[in-house]
Amino acid sequence: MNIPDELFYTESHEWIRIDGDKGYIGISDYAQHNLGDIVFVELPDIDIEVNAGDQFAVIESVKAVSDVYSPLSGTIIEVNENLEGSPELLNEDPYENYIAVVAFTDISEKEKLMSAEQYEAFCIEEDKK
Amino acid sequence: MTKLIFERNVSGANSFQLPPLDIPAAEGAGKIPTHLLRETPPDIPSVSEVELIRHYTELSKRAYGVDNGFYPLGSCTMKYNPKINEWAARLPGFTQIHPYQAPETVQGALQLLYDMGNMLGEITGMDHFTLQPAAGAHGEMTGVMMIKAYHNKRGDFKRTKMMVPDSAHGTNPATANVVGYEVIEIKSNERGLVDIDDLKAKMSDEVAGLMLTNPNTLGLFEEEIQSIAAIVHEGGGLLYYDGANLNAIMGVCRPGDMGFDVVHLNLHKTFSTPHGGGGPGSGPVGVKAFLADFLPKPVITKNGDQYGFDYDRPDSIGKVKNFYGNFGVIVRAYTYIMAVGHEGLKDACQQAVLNANYLRCHLQGKYHIPFDRLCKHEFVISARNQMEANHVATLDIAKRLLDYGYHPPTIYFPLIIKEAMMIEPTETESRERLDSFIAAMEKIAAEAMDDPRVVQDAPHTTVIGRVDEVTAARSPIVKWEA
Amino acid sequence: MKFTPNPPAVVEEMLASIGLNNLDQLFLDIKDDLKQTNQHEFVKNGLSEMEIRDHMKKLAARNTNLDEYPSFLGAGAYDHYIPAVMEQLMWRSEFYTAYTPYQPEISQGILQSIFEYQTLICNLTGMDVSNASMYDGGSALAEACSLACLHTRKRKVLVPDTVHPEYIEILKTYAISGAMEIIIVPGSEGVYEPAVFSSMIDQDTAAVVIQQPNFFGNLEEIVQIGEAIHMKKGLLIMAVDPISLAILKSPGELGADIVVGEGQSLGNSLSFGGPYLGFMAATNKFLRKIPGRIVGQTVDTRGNRAFVLTLQAREQHIRREKASSNICSNQALNALAASIYLTAVGSQGIRDIAMRCHQLACFAQTELEKRGVQLLFDKPFFKEFAVKLNDPAAMNRRLLENGIIGGYELPGAMLLAFTEKRNRAEIERLARVLGGKEND
Repeated sequence: MNIPDELFYTESHEWIRIDGDKGYIGISDYAQHNLGDIVFVELPDIDIEVNAGDQFAVIESVKAVSDVYSPLSGTIIEVNENLEGSPELLNEDPYENYIAVVAFTDISEKEKLMSAEQYEAFCIEEDKK
Repeated sequence: MTKLIFERNVSGANSFQLPPLDIPAAEGAGKIPTHLLRETPPDIPSVSEVELIRHYTELSKRAYGVDNGFYPLGSCTMKYNPKINEWAARLPGFTQIHPYQAPETVQGALQLLYDMGNMLGEITGMDHFTLQPAAGAHGEMTGVMMIKAYHNKRGDFKRTKMMVPDSAHGTNPATANVVGYEVIEIKSNERGLVDIDDLKAKMSDEVAGLMLTNPNTLGLFEEEIQSIAAIVHEGGGLLYYDGANLNAIMGVCRPGDMGFDVVHLNLHKTFSTPHGGGGPGSGPVGVKAFLADFLPKPVITKNGDQYGFDYDRPDSIGKVKNFYGNFGVIVRAYTYIMAVGHEGLKDACQQAVLNANYLRCHLQGKYHIPFDRLCKHEFVISARNQMEANHVATLDIAKRLLDYGYHPPTIYFPLIIKEAMMIEPTETESRERLDSFIAAMEKIAAEAMDDPRVVQDAPHTTVIGRVDEVTAARSPIVKWEA
Repeated sequence: MKFTPNPPAVVEEMLASIGLNNLDQLFLDIKDDLKQTNQHEFVKNGLSEMEIRDHMKKLAARNTNLDEYPSFLGAGAYDHYIPAVMEQLMWRSEFYTAYTPYQPEISQGILQSIFEYQTLICNLTGMDVSNASMYDGGSALAEACSLACLHTRKRKVLVPDTVHPEYIEILKTYAISGAMEIIIVPGSEGVYEPAVFSSMIDQDTAAVVIQQPNFFGNLEEIVQIGEAIHMKKGLLIMAVDPISLAILKSPGELGADIVVGEGQSLGNSLSFGGPYLGFMAATNKFLRKIPGRIVGQTVDTRGNRAFVLTLQAREQHIRREKASSNICSNQALNALAASIYLTAVGSQGIRDIAMRCHQLACFAQTELEKRGVQLLFDKPFFKEFAVKLNDPAAMNRRLLENGIIGGYELPGAMLLAFTEKRNRAEIERLARVLGGKEND
């Protein structure tokens, strides 16, 4: 299971990469593996405001559907339009292919997210269920 | 590969004709303003009658119905569809009547609907029935709307939540959501039944009710149903019965006696009407007397020996469908009930439960059976062992069954069992059929150990192999284009 | 009768093989105080097949059926001709005893028939995507309005009172969810008023609904209202008569976003109101949001063209409490009938049928006016119109005495429908009775 060290993770399996005052959001390798072949990504509108934990995108695979939640509060300033035509990119490299970029308003919310190490332990627990 | 009907198009081949026009020619031009008229005709293929017949006959040969073979789809109750039903439903006195004819010209149809409501009431222990909903999910929606209307009428607007067990059909939470409820999931306990403590903890004055299937989707009877009903009722909620599994208890016990307030039935499951390749069905809803005012309108009435409609129902939720329901389906179910009678309904239930337990016991040792005890009309097995040993999945076993000539069981449901296969044989299968199904399942279990590829690559004998569902969903093609 | 194949001796052997002595032991998990004890007041003893035939024939005989009486009833369900090929094909039990085609390898016939149906509906309506059909026209309209509210994230749906009153009832019922608000706007002279309607569209209007032809049979003007709603980022929903689409501009040409309709006219018998099918089609942007089943084309492992239920992530069995519709079936058999019907009559045939309906309606107007019966509205119509009558119920009784099933009763008026099955003699007889001169 690939869990890059430099990212932060949520219990709903999103990752965020902090880059100055914005964050790139995607889904983890664990998430893409469990969803299976991703067939469609419903991207959010630009400029919508989200609170940490708000759903902002939807990922569909053949047999499952999953909401994507924002790890941090802020404004969605960019979406990865490549996913519209090629949703499989999320399967191929879930860390290279982000879903959206959030201009966050409160970096202290990051404290509630998991480190790579914590997330790995979390996933191991999930698998036992 | 079968051609599409559009690929059989031969210009001029269609020879449909109307009788000669016998009105004065002056009337022939019509009076529709030109700007409303279409300039190019719709693209409909031109096919001769013989080619049309062969096309659809060919398609029918590439379909699989109960008349083709065993269909143990759990929770779908694929029982035999008696032919006398089909005969009755095709009588011109039933097919050639318009829904808006004056009641005095359709007394036979109204009597049938009225009597059907009474019979379903007696079978389920409910006081009143509506026959309007077109399918099980539609009935569910109607029933949950009535629950909402009941609370609203009492001014009890804080009940915004609906409880649903984690083993429920997806339709239950979807229905609650569509009617505007927040869904609360109730856990199953280690015996596969509703966790009473969890139910107690989650019942509150914000809960409108509990939607329950009994027996549940594991085929297990909720033994503490009376306690469950008491908890929900004491909390001010109502109890909703999803009738998908009524075949398991019909004639033996009744939802109405268990404490359910609202019940929907699937005439296309329990009452032997055909599934039609996905529909039409019929989803009547029964209620206890205190909910009768909320039933959809119109209600069928009887005064003396005259049948009619009552539209004057101020508290009715309204209408969920045009007219009165899927009448043609109701005729079939009515015919079935008349044919088998009350003793036949009980017999159907008993034999359905016997067939399920017979299969369960004879599959022991070949497959993991998570709740291996007395079941009702269906039970759940798991391919967990085959998966762990050789990576043979439930889907592979399902596809391999196609090679042996069977429709597979319902797979990957209920969600609480990994690699689930939900098997419902119904009462209309003979021991010989069951035995050969058992033999096929045993063979597949052996193959999964000795020659897993033959299972993983199945099916081998069907007109097509496994399909690429990923491409279908990623780049959808949902209509033919030249 | 019984349809359980195992005789008592076999049942005993089966019980013994699983360690049981009798059938009651199969129900030991049900407490005794729940066991059924009621008397059988309504469900009687079973009957033999001959007795059932007798009983059902008697019930059927108590209905006055349209095989014996010409009928001018419409109002949403129409007595169109059903070609003989249909009866034969609808008897094929591989179709009617099948379940939803979950297993594509053994269900290509049904999947292909639905794919063909979707294509035919798209071609008729001029839309990009059709689902596999829904319960009926009214409930399909309610689903369309829910979809519009979901898609636009707005709540209001404007509906003129020229839409079928039962459709309006259904919309109001579905609105109990709280997700949509149905606003009924009075029309004038048997059509909606575009100016009034347009002025009511605001930022919170998800959609406007127009029925074409409308409930009174009249033809509505569509283009301007479509432009008005689109200006405010709302949607145009049309409810249409599929037969009329053979000659009328398609909803696609008129700018509709979602199209629904009652598909009964396409080869399905009247059957006292059901089973029918509702069709729903939409523009491409609704491809992944439209409710109901959809069949798509793909390939199998051997490279063959194949069909499969697709885009299932929209549906209730996957989305569960997040599903926006709970529908989990379609009216597959009725949709099959619709496909066969369209192919049986063909492109020219359906235009002939639509035109014949209209021609007969025009002839009826002339004959009625000759006898002093006035139309309720002076508006263009397709195959149905309303006439003024003092006592429509009494007139319907008189028509019945004259061997005719009359029209749909409106306050002080009667709605009359004309299909290709009617003829000059029947219409003249109708006109004579309505004109009060049945002995002419």
